[in-house]
Amino acid sequence: MSSETGKILTTDGIPLEVSLKKAERKNKIKAFLLVAPLLLFLLITYIFPIGDMLMRSVDDKMVTEMLPKTFKSMEKWDGKELPPEEVFESFYLDFQKLVEEKRDGKLSTQLNYTKNGFKSILKKLRRKAKNFEEGNYKEQIMAVHKRWADVEYWRAIQRRAPAYTSQKYLKGIDMYKNEEGKIVSVEEDRRVHRILWLRTLEIAFFVTLLCFLMAYPIAHLLATLPMKYSNLLMICVLLPFWTSLLVRTASWMILLQQQGVVNDFFVMIGLVADDNRPEMMFNKTGTYVAMTQILLPFMVLPLYSVMKTISPSLMRAGKSLGGTPFVAFWKVYFPLTIPGIGAGCLLVFILAIGYYITPALVGGASGTLISNQIAFHMKSTLDWSFASAMGLMLLAGVLAIYWVYNKLVGVDNIKLG
Amino acid sequence: MSKNLDFVKFDKVDKSYDGKVLVVKDLNLDIAEGEFITMLGPSGSGKTTCLMMLAGFETPTNGEIYLDKNPISNIPPHKRGIGMVFQNYALFPHMTVYENLAFPLKVRKFEKDEIDKKVDKALSMVSLSGFENRMPGQLSGGQQQRVAVARSLVFDPQLVLMDEPLGALDKNLRESMQYEIKHIHESIGVTVVYVTHDQSEALTMSNRIAVFNDGKVQQLSSPDKLYEEPVNSFVAEFIGENNTFAGQVTNMSTKECKVKLNDGTEIVANPISVKSNGDKTTVSLRPERALINTKEKMDNNFKGKIEEVIYHGDHTRVRLDLLGNKEFILKVPNSSANMDIKMGNQINVSWNSHDARALDPK
Repeated sequence: MSSETGKILTTDGIPLEVSLKKAERKNKIKAFLLVAPLLLFLLITYIFPIGDMLMRSVDDKMVTEMLPKTFKSMEKWDGKELPPEEVFESFYLDFQKLVEEKRDGKLSTQLNYTKNGFKSILKKLRRKAKNFEEGNYKEQIMAVHKRWADVEYWRAIQRRAPAYTSQKYLKGIDMYKNEEGKIVSVEEDRRVHRILWLRTLEIAFFVTLLCFLMAYPIAHLLATLPMKYSNLLMICVLLPFWTSLLVRTASWMILLQQQGVVNDFFVMIGLVADDNRPEMMFNKTGTYVAMTQILLPFMVLPLYSVMKTISPSLMRAGKSLGGTPFVAFWKVYFPLTIPGIGAGCLLVFILAIGYYITPALVGGASGTLISNQIAFHMKSTLDWSFASAMGLMLLAGVLAIYWVYNKLVGVDNIKLG
Repeated sequence: MSKNLDFVKFDKVDKSYDGKVLVVKDLNLDIAEGEFITMLGPSGSGKTTCLMMLAGFETPTNGEIYLDKNPISNIPPHKRGIGMVFQNYALFPHMTVYENLAFPLKVRKFEKDEIDKKVDKALSMVSLSGFENRMPGQLSGGQQQRVAVARSLVFDPQLVLMDEPLGALDKNLRESMQYEIKHIHESIGVTVVYVTHDQSEALTMSNRIAVFNDGKVQQLSSPDKLYEEPVNSFVAEFIGENNTFAGQVTNMSTKECKVKLNDGTEIVANPISVKSNGDKTTVSLRPERALINTKEKMDNNFKGKIEEVIYHGDHTRVRLDLLGNKEFILKVPNSSANMDIKMGNQINVSWNSHDARALDPK
């Protein structure tokens, strides 16, 4: 082989590459062992739960497992007319087995989700099935209730055949698969989730904007002030960071409530009448105020770290070359802070989009976000698969934003510190 | 065309940052049009502060600075029209070389073709034509330096300030850049105020040098005069190498004086800043002005013991113990006549009293 001759050998005659690998192996193993605990930790606490969430959100095995014979025999059925005897027979066998195991109640709940009216006819079937004679199950079952002779109900059962479903995701955006298998929106007055998604995006966007507007001057001051003042200011920025989130949110509740400090002040200076105090809490305003304050350091710090590296002589150069202070700022300083702006905005936006405690406490009905809805389904309705689906949609949204950001600005341009 | 001799004028300028310490004290300085003047001094001597006041980034605490007869204290930096080269070049890292050079022209609302023309001219002046589309980060230190010089000149300012522009370059590059800047200055005749702490840079480039120390100009003169005739011991110490003897004036006359050293010997010296007998003084002598084993007749002749010999190629540095000064340096040209320089030998050292300048005591 010609490449053999091109290989460089060490003085001992071993190819250089082999020798190098040997020499580096020990270091590589050491490095791997050092990161192994973290890797394991991430695997157990992050990758595995997310995988589990994904499974849970699309999992629809329950009905599939309860009616195995039925679905097998349904494979040949085209769904246009009533299914053949074979299907009725296997359904009867499956159902009897469930009745023996006392799991028929679950089946009726599940099928009722798919189509209303299953509950009563399954109950009736259970009663009558005891006296069924062998053979001709089709006739016997159809005799139980007229709905059993309706092809729609059999189609509804067939829809539950796949082990996986996208219906939780569709529900997350207020859509569902109708009886013809088409994806349609729910009626207008029942659309809750879309409003929540839009509100989440809106609040995250404006919180990011507000944070940016407030953090930019602070970060600039931090980066340019002499050490002794900038340290003090830095502590002021970080102090809220060191305070418990709950405490900070609670203090906002004290400040913002209708009989609170801010309202008292407004009344005192005559901005509002005492009997007409504005509501600043349990609505969007409260969410905006509290979230902006809590997320501000996440904007200040990346901006600060970028601004710190910008030499003051650049602004001076801009001015000495004839640029007015504004031109020097806009053409020289501002473009150089873009990596920090990008990092800060991305950080704040992503944090805001999944924020939970603050909107839960001060948001009220009009200020809650999608994460509150997820928590609601986790804790109250116990529809974990729906909560998982929405959690994953949120995650996908964040990844999408990251992707768009990468296309527009480039992730290499981010500087987190 | 008659030259404007006080194109830039510092008039009794004081500067203090904290109201307690004066960084610049009573500075009076006239700079002629087309001149290359260097402010030289150790760090903290106030030279950069002077430059910053001229550029408009600092305001004088007292006094006034005039540019072409107009007071400029109340004019903001961007209206002064002064070009400036910064210590670390201060090229805009997010702009190409072309955009960097076009910046001062764009803010002055030049037409596109005129900008192109001027940028082209400035780049060819620093021999960087063809680098228009590079980013500053892709250039070497020397090239960045030249872009910075070109940028400071591209809008044809009458005055260019340079704040230790060569400080970050290596020795060889620094030397070649010194000549390049000097040639640019000569060819376009712009007035240059240059700040450095490197004396060799100051000596090679300037028409005149202002030596700063402690917020004051110690001496303002041409490079040769500064080296040959320092007016005080700070300047003598700061510029070039220097041998010193501390002593007391004993026999004062107009042309020469006798100085009694601490060990009792008397030497003849040139009285510069001593007035009368009994004055304390530091006598300064350049190493190359003292000769060994010479046949010439000189009015100071002493014997010294060789303590150290360092070979430098073209010359040999000899450290002597002479008249109680163990750090007396001699530079012996590398020729066969001086072969008996060996450690421990006694040799004769002589110099003319004219070259031994009796300055203020340290």
